Amino acid sequence: MEVLVCVKRVPAPGAKVPLTDDATDIDTRYLGHTIGPHEECGVEEAVRIVKAHGGSATVLAVGPPEADEQLRYAIAMGADRGVLVDVGAAELDPEATAAAIVHAVGDTSYDLVLFGTESADASHYQVGIRVARALGLPIVGGIKGIDIDDGAARLRREVADGVEVYRLPLPAAAAVKEGLNLPRYPSMPGRLKAKKARIDVVPYTPEPGGLRKVRLRQPNDDREEAIVLGHGADAAPRVVDVLEQIGVIT
Amino acid sequence: MILAVLDDSPAALDMLAFAQSLGQQVDVATFGGGDVDDLAKRGVRTLHRITHDELADCAPAASGDALAQLIEHLRPDGVLAVSSDAVTEAMAHAAAIAGLPLATNCVEVTTGEPWLLTRVRGGGMLLEEAELTATPALLTIAQGVSGDIGAGPVESCEVREFFPELTTTQARVVERASRGAGMTLATAPVIVSGGRGVGSADGYRVLEELAERLGGVVGCSRVATNNGWRPHSDQVGLTGTKVTPDLYLACGISGATQHWVGCMDSKVIMAVNTDPEAPLVRRATYAVIGDVHEVLPAVLAEINARSKT
Ligand SMILES: Cc1cc2nc3c(=O)[nH]c(=O)nc-3n(C[C@H](O)[C@H](O)[C@H](O)COP(=O)(O)OP(=O)(O)OC[C@H]3O[C@@H](n4cnc5c(N)ncnc54)[C@H](O)[C@@H]3O)c2cc1C
Ligand SMILES: Nc1ncnc2c1ncn2[C@@H]1O[C@H](COP(=O)(O)O)[C@@H](O)[C@H]1O
Repeated sequence: MEVLVCVKRVPAPGAKVPLTDDATDIDTRYLGHTIGPHEECGVEEAVRIVKAHGGSATVLAVGPPEADEQLRYAIAMGADRGVLVDVGAAELDPEATAAAIVHAVGDTSYDLVLFGTESADASHYQVGIRVARALGLPIVGGIKGIDIDDGAARLRREVADGVEVYRLPLPAAAAVKEGLNLPRYPSMPGRLKAKKARIDVVPYTPEPGGLRKVRLRQPNDDREEAIVLGHGADAAPRVVDVLEQIGVIT
Repeated sequence: MILAVLDDSPAALDMLAFAQSLGQQVDVATFGGGDVDDLAKRGVRTLHRITHDELADCAPAASGDALAQLIEHLRPDGVLAVSSDAVTEAMAHAAAIAGLPLATNCVEVTTGEPWLLTRVRGGGMLLEEAELTATPALLTIAQGVSGDIGAGPVESCEVREFFPELTTTQARVVERASRGAGMTLATAPVIVSGGRGVGSADGYRVLEELAERLGGVVGCSRVATNNGWRPHSDQVGLTGTKVTPDLYLACGISGATQHWVGCMDSKVIMAVNTDPEAPLVRRATYAVIGDVHEVLPAVLAEINARSKT
């Protein structure tokens, strides 16, 4: 099984999401970066599938050269190698991102290609589908369970009133969601291996698609400060007063 | 003409009103279904009903094929769709097939060249103002967005069946199971939620007890999920579930934006935290400063004492 996982380098803000002065991006000077939880589960799943069925797991990121950090993190989790599609620092629209991934995949054939259902920062909900279509692979999104057997992938997802299982003949793709598995923390030997691992860099000049980000803005939050009901156990009577008042004590 | 792609959720009618508020004629498309009497009352003259035996058992790619064919056939100026997972996925396929851009989760839309729109990122962490240059403009509209009813009632709504030719039918549903009855995070009136501050898997016992007493369920932060204290199905937030209970009681949760966007629309938020400066403490409706394992047992004892008298 040759498995590819597409991961995006995204800022990891805390309680506030600071913006740059021209408000076109998140100000990441004081923030760390990460890969989104959906994609982290994708990496974990790829590592498990390769362990069970043989083959290798490749991780691919489209982004600035610094996305090397996220690829090495995925390798530390157990992926075998990385591909960095270097498009510079500007965030790409989903059509351009998909084209960059398709360009880098070229005619390499993968049995299974994994994406997150949506990227953690931009939430376009479409890059995986665009890539799968371009590569001629069947794909289903929102996936929380993957079984590989008999030349097919069985993909499980939750819907409003239950679960559905799809059967996709391999090669296939899936856009996965957190909850698929519990991703491991990289081990010490994993981190050492990742330091030395090979990352292929593919330069690429993107053509912009039809959706152009103009600027970002904070949602208004005109909430008042909380009413402090008290400290420690002494607050209990006032807490229960509130519970009675809002009618949740049955 | 604007084509509004609806499913059978109540939220779809808000989306329809929003589409009508843009000031153009609005036709409706559905994947089967659609209540013509109700649509006529809402001023819709034409329902394009996508009809195919296999659609329900095929992967969303097939719905995307069908939608792309309908769009090609009708050539609308814009297609506005509800943002359910299933319809969004179909729209993404349709966009990919047609080679068109797609703006998901929009909350503000102005038609024109280009279309100007505001879309939600990160489940509500940020708003993005964007330009969409394409005809037709493909958009999904975020849940909760509505418009004043833009069109008065019409006498009748004509149904036009649309029979797509499906080519991508090899990916199919092979199994369906319904979820057992029971309360979930999405429906519970009360959620007693715990984060790192709860300290351990065992620490959730008192949260469970209180949740049961209040007729609710237990939720958690991602730290709790990652530590293996709770299953991911309990997780509230960007990559968990978005919740809107009457009461969200957040215990030992700091309030990172990725958690906040999952609980911010709760009617009342009460935070229990040792740190008076924690972001969630400041943004909650009510706060108690203290240790979860002192506050919650005292609250339970107080509830029990009052119910005896
Ligand atoms: C892309 C992305 C997506 C994410 N999605 C989600 C998501 O869906 N849901 C989610 O929750 N997180 C999500 N996160 C993680 C999020 O950023 C935070 O790391 C997480 O929410 C923090 O969990 P926490 O509040 O339990 O822990 P912490 O931030 O460590 O906070 C613990 C709090 O407990 C308090 N405390 C400690 N001891 C006690 C005590 N004894 N009694 C009372 N209070 C105490 C502390 O004062 C502190 O405020 C995501 C992150 C990223 C980057
Ligand atoms: N810059 C990127 N590099 C690699 N993969 C990406 C990138 N952007 C998006 N993806 C993949 O596409 C999925 C969906 O992204 P989106 O359409 O932006 O919501 C993500 O979860 C990733 O798996």
